[in-house]
Amino acid sequence: MKKLLDIKNLSIDFQTAGGLFRAVDQIDITCDSGEVLAIVGESGSGKSVAMLALMGLLPWNAKVSAELMQFDSKNMLAISKKERRKIIGKHIGMIFQEPMSSLNPCFTVGFQIVETLKLHLGLNRAQRRKKAIELLELVGIPAPETRLNAFPHQLSGGMCQRVMIAMVLASNPKLLIADEPTTALDVTIQAQILNLLLSLQKEKNMALILITHDMGVVAETADRVQVQYAGQKVEEQKVESLFQTPHHPYTLALLSSLPERADGRKLPSIAGLVPGQFDRPPACLFAPRCSFATSLCNKEVKKQSNLLGQALCNFPVTYTQQKNAGAKA
Amino acid sequence: MLGFILRRVGLLVPTFLGITIITFGFVRVLPGDPVLLMAGERGLTPERHQQLLEEFGFNRPIWQQYIEYLGDLLTGDFGNSFITKKPVLDEFFTLFPATIELSLCAMLIAIAFGIPAGIIAASKRGSILDQSIMGVSLVGYSMPIFWWGLLLIIVFSGWLGWTPVSGRISLVFFFQIKTGFMLIDSLLSGQKGAFQSALSHIILPAIVLATIPLAVIARQTRSAMLEVLGEDYVRTAKAKGLPSRRVIGIHALRNAMIPVITVIGLSVGTLLAGAILTETIFSWPGIGKWMVDSISRRDYQVVQGGLLLIAAIVMTVNLLVDMTYGLINPRIRHN
Repeated sequence: MKKLLDIKNLSIDFQTAGGLFRAVDQIDITCDSGEVLAIVGESGSGKSVAMLALMGLLPWNAKVSAELMQFDSKNMLAISKKERRKIIGKHIGMIFQEPMSSLNPCFTVGFQIVETLKLHLGLNRAQRRKKAIELLELVGIPAPETRLNAFPHQLSGGMCQRVMIAMVLASNPKLLIADEPTTALDVTIQAQILNLLLSLQKEKNMALILITHDMGVVAETADRVQVQYAGQKVEEQKVESLFQTPHHPYTLALLSSLPERADGRKLPSIAGLVPGQFDRPPACLFAPRCSFATSLCNKEVKKQSNLLGQALCNFPVTYTQQKNAGAKA
Repeated sequence: MLGFILRRVGLLVPTFLGITIITFGFVRVLPGDPVLLMAGERGLTPERHQQLLEEFGFNRPIWQQYIEYLGDLLTGDFGNSFITKKPVLDEFFTLFPATIELSLCAMLIAIAFGIPAGIIAASKRGSILDQSIMGVSLVGYSMPIFWWGLLLIIVFSGWLGWTPVSGRISLVFFFQIKTGFMLIDSLLSGQKGAFQSALSHIILPAIVLATIPLAVIARQTRSAMLEVLGEDYVRTAKAKGLPSRRVIGIHALRNAMIPVITVIGLSVGTLLAGAILTETIFSWPGIGKWMVDSISRRDYQVVQGGLLLIAAIVMTVNLLVDMTYGLINPRIRHN
């Protein structure tokens, strides 16, 4: 059966003053209806960029190439801008990291929701207003009739994110992309927003792609996790098995640097930095920071099978190794 | 909002007082004895000279003259012209419509071309179109008004013969002045060709006067748009699937207008200053030309009264501009 979203071998290069910069390097992403996929990785690991490419929202200096970029059996690489506009915003919704600045400060919340309704559903004036109130109710905003006339600066960050969610849900999208939806919010609000997203995802049987760097969020929400490092997909697993037996040394190091998992007095961290445009290692990108790396890792890197989480690593970690490695990382 | 307006109006009072001191003092610092200038070539007997000085009050201490002038102002008396003997206020309001008409036309041209040019340049950033728009606007901004005016007269009036050289309308037309705006009055008169004649008279001076504000507005619109186009809410608007026409024209433009409105407000001062040169070049019978003529005749009352009225207009326009921010930007309205 065909997946709702199927991306194969996606690469994105940015034309910069210092030459081409590869932000996304041959990654695959799939996601099906009713599924929650989490994409995790540090800042700059190409999580958001890949999704922006799907939405066609990258700046002009980005070059996108892919073997396949298919959504709902449509080839997103070949369609015209006009056709794309009929899909994004309608069948694919996206919410962003900064809810306060993602809403236009010059227009009321009502205007911005109604605008989406008008564009994609074409209801009449009264119907649109009614639907907008329903949507605000759905995302748990009290007194929705009066909130319609509020400007974004009159709402809190959490409220703005709820409005954003209401806005993207207006057209009943098949896929919802949430790009670090809770990063800018208070911790107490974070859980509320995540719960809201998940309950709506279940209710509407949407596909949900959650971009985050918060492993705690991943553990609570995702069905499947894909780990990215420096623009590459280094591992993909079901959430339970990923937390039990990570196969890529990077995933292992990420997990052992979680405060909840630290057992010593010092919080473990990953030494070194993510490689940039000018210090890109020749083969395995994680080799300079990896405690398992040998000289082979600077020559070639092997992609492991599904059994080992498709880990992009010559020496994937197995369950028995972990006992020893946990202490080292 | 009401408190904000009252506070701003309150601030006008000391500003206005300051302007009266400057205009009053400035005119008196000018070299030349006004009484002697009035007398002209014939000269005066010393007795008559003394008599006239007393009549106009020039022999009294300057602070006394100032207090008296201020008192007159409070009763709405801007004094009479030394030359024509008519009240300054009457002369001002007779000539003012001509200047307003010219400035309004210039402002319309500047806005109608400046804002779209800025939007196009910003949305095609880095393209040849962008670079040419910015290049042309830089040239426009740097151009001396009098030289540009003369150049247009040479080309369009001299070589091509398309437009008249000076004045507001051809002398063959004669009709009742109702609004003071020649374009409207000529339409109301119903005379054939009158409107075309008025239009052909105003087009060159309006273009000349519009040049600098147009360039400033275009550049400001471009930079404001570029800033706004990188904002998160513009990405949101695109992510909704809105056509770029709507993303740029509604979501981005509304936000970009805030600094542009400021520039438009400030251009009113530029326009009135530019009107002095433009009106002189095109013999446009407005307050600019009137002021220049009065300075050369040392008509103190006209110069100080005229300056004061122009300053009052600029201040009022700036106040109106401050109030329009609230209309555009809800964050200002609610604070």
